[in-house]
Amino acid sequence: MEQKRAIVSVVGKDQVGIIAKVTAILADNQMNVLDISQTILQDFFTMMMLVDVSEAENLDKLQKEFDQVSEEMGLKINIQLEDIFQSMHRI
Amino acid sequence: MNIAFAEIQETIRMVQMESLDIRTVTMGISLKDCIDADFDQMNEKVFNKITSYAGQLTSVAEQVEKEYGIPIINKRISITPAAELLGNATKEQAVQLAVTLDKAARTLGVDFIGGYSALVHKGITKGEQTLLDALPEALSKTERVCGSVSVATTRTGINMDAVKQMGEIIKEASNLTKEQDGLACAKLVVFCNPVEDNPFMAGAFHGTGEGEAVINVGVSGPGVVLNALKKYPDADLGEVSDVIKKTAFKITRAGELIGRVVADRLNIPFGIMDLSLAPTNAMNDSVAEILEEIGLERVGTHGTIAALALMNDAVKKGGAMASSYVGGLSGAFIPVSEDNGMIKGIEDKALTLPKLEAMTCVCSVGLDMIALSGDASPSSLSGLIADEMAIGMINKKTTAVRVIPVPGKKEGDMVEFGGLLGRAPVMGINPYSSDKFISRGGRVPAPLQALIN
Repeated sequence: MEQKRAIVSVVGKDQVGIIAKVTAILADNQMNVLDISQTILQDFFTMMMLVDVSEAENLDKLQKEFDQVSEEMGLKINIQLEDIFQSMHRI
Repeated sequence: MNIAFAEIQETIRMVQMESLDIRTVTMGISLKDCIDADFDQMNEKVFNKITSYAGQLTSVAEQVEKEYGIPIINKRISITPAAELLGNATKEQAVQLAVTLDKAARTLGVDFIGGYSALVHKGITKGEQTLLDALPEALSKTERVCGSVSVATTRTGINMDAVKQMGEIIKEASNLTKEQDGLACAKLVVFCNPVEDNPFMAGAFHGTGEGEAVINVGVSGPGVVLNALKKYPDADLGEVSDVIKKTAFKITRAGELIGRVVADRLNIPFGIMDLSLAPTNAMNDSVAEILEEIGLERVGTHGTIAALALMNDAVKKGGAMASSYVGGLSGAFIPVSEDNGMIKGIEDKALTLPKLEAMTCVCSVGLDMIALSGDASPSSLSGLIADEMAIGMINKKTTAVRVIPVPGKKEGDMVEFGGLLGRAPVMGINPYSSDKFISRGGRVPAPLQALIN
């Protein structure tokens, strides 16, 4: 089966444990992280991860789990299939 | 990772802050095989075919929107122009067909079903006349059925007998729904040069050149264009056009991808992508505000048409490169009741009915969602329609009229249609009569395609 990839983007105030919490959810859902890039921009933590979601049946469930963390930590977390960015930003 | 963080952020911002959305995924369904000598049988076949073909439409679309993080606002259905099914049916049966369509839409949870339509731009068949007779009652008895009537094309001219009838039909539909401020008229469009693959309501129908079933997608994003332009307050107009083009490109690509995924999962061919800037009453989701951002103090002032022409063309250029199959109406819609900027323009007396007519020469459709004073006579409405049809016929473009004469309301009053249809200030119409012109009937001959000065 061909690989299906999604991008998880995280933005918010920098604090202890962001990566731990986000990756814990991914691990719980058996998702492999393929790439991570992360920076701090004017006190703002910004991270994006490319994850393999070939096995994931339900991105919706995952988004809900992320929403919980978003609320706890005051972050903005989105998960979307990678194709959408490819088609909008690459010819 | 070959996508930059800024690009991901841009997409997310477009969706969450700037109202980027797939406005509609519309499934076109041919109903020709439902024709049956027995009318009840036909009704049953129509209901069964629509509900089985589109049974998964809403659930699949919702699944796709979650996976890609782009909202799909409406899931809709368009059908073969209903007049083609009617044959020998009576007016009561034609109304019954509309009720069946309404029931199918309700069962599927789609907000509008389009195609209660007739193409009478040259002449009127028996079935089409039955549909025209049934229109006012059908649209006032149903909630989700949309109708459209083609009364003119560049190749055939204008069927003035049909134009005359449409004035009367609009007036009657308005009177039948006077408790709801003439709401039935909001579901009825009169067309010149209609397109067969338009996914947007109220003018969607599944044209005779189309296949068995098709998925057409309408994408929108006035808010995205507005915000993109705000970053270039001092750019010259060539650059403005370029910014709009690039934005339109991105929006269209998103729509095309989503449309193809939905079509693929439903196992139905992908038809076309209609890139139209269709405003809503949401904050900053306004076509008028884009024109104001380009540099007009208020929409409707001198320069409005030039700015609209620039924008409409740039949208088409960006969209044309982004999709393999651009179709529908693609351009900018200028509905009044669904656009806060247009409403403000009228309230501030900057925007008038004649100016709106002139704007339709360069926008993608026509006079749309305009509330008119309740004393507008059928012949004045027909005159208004005839003018708009002439603009479309001569300019070889689609034009449309969707106006609502609001019973008991006069110029300056405000009406609320609710939901997506919004609210509109009532506009007055010219007090002088068009009676004689309209009662002459006949056809306006098709125009020359050369000597076009």
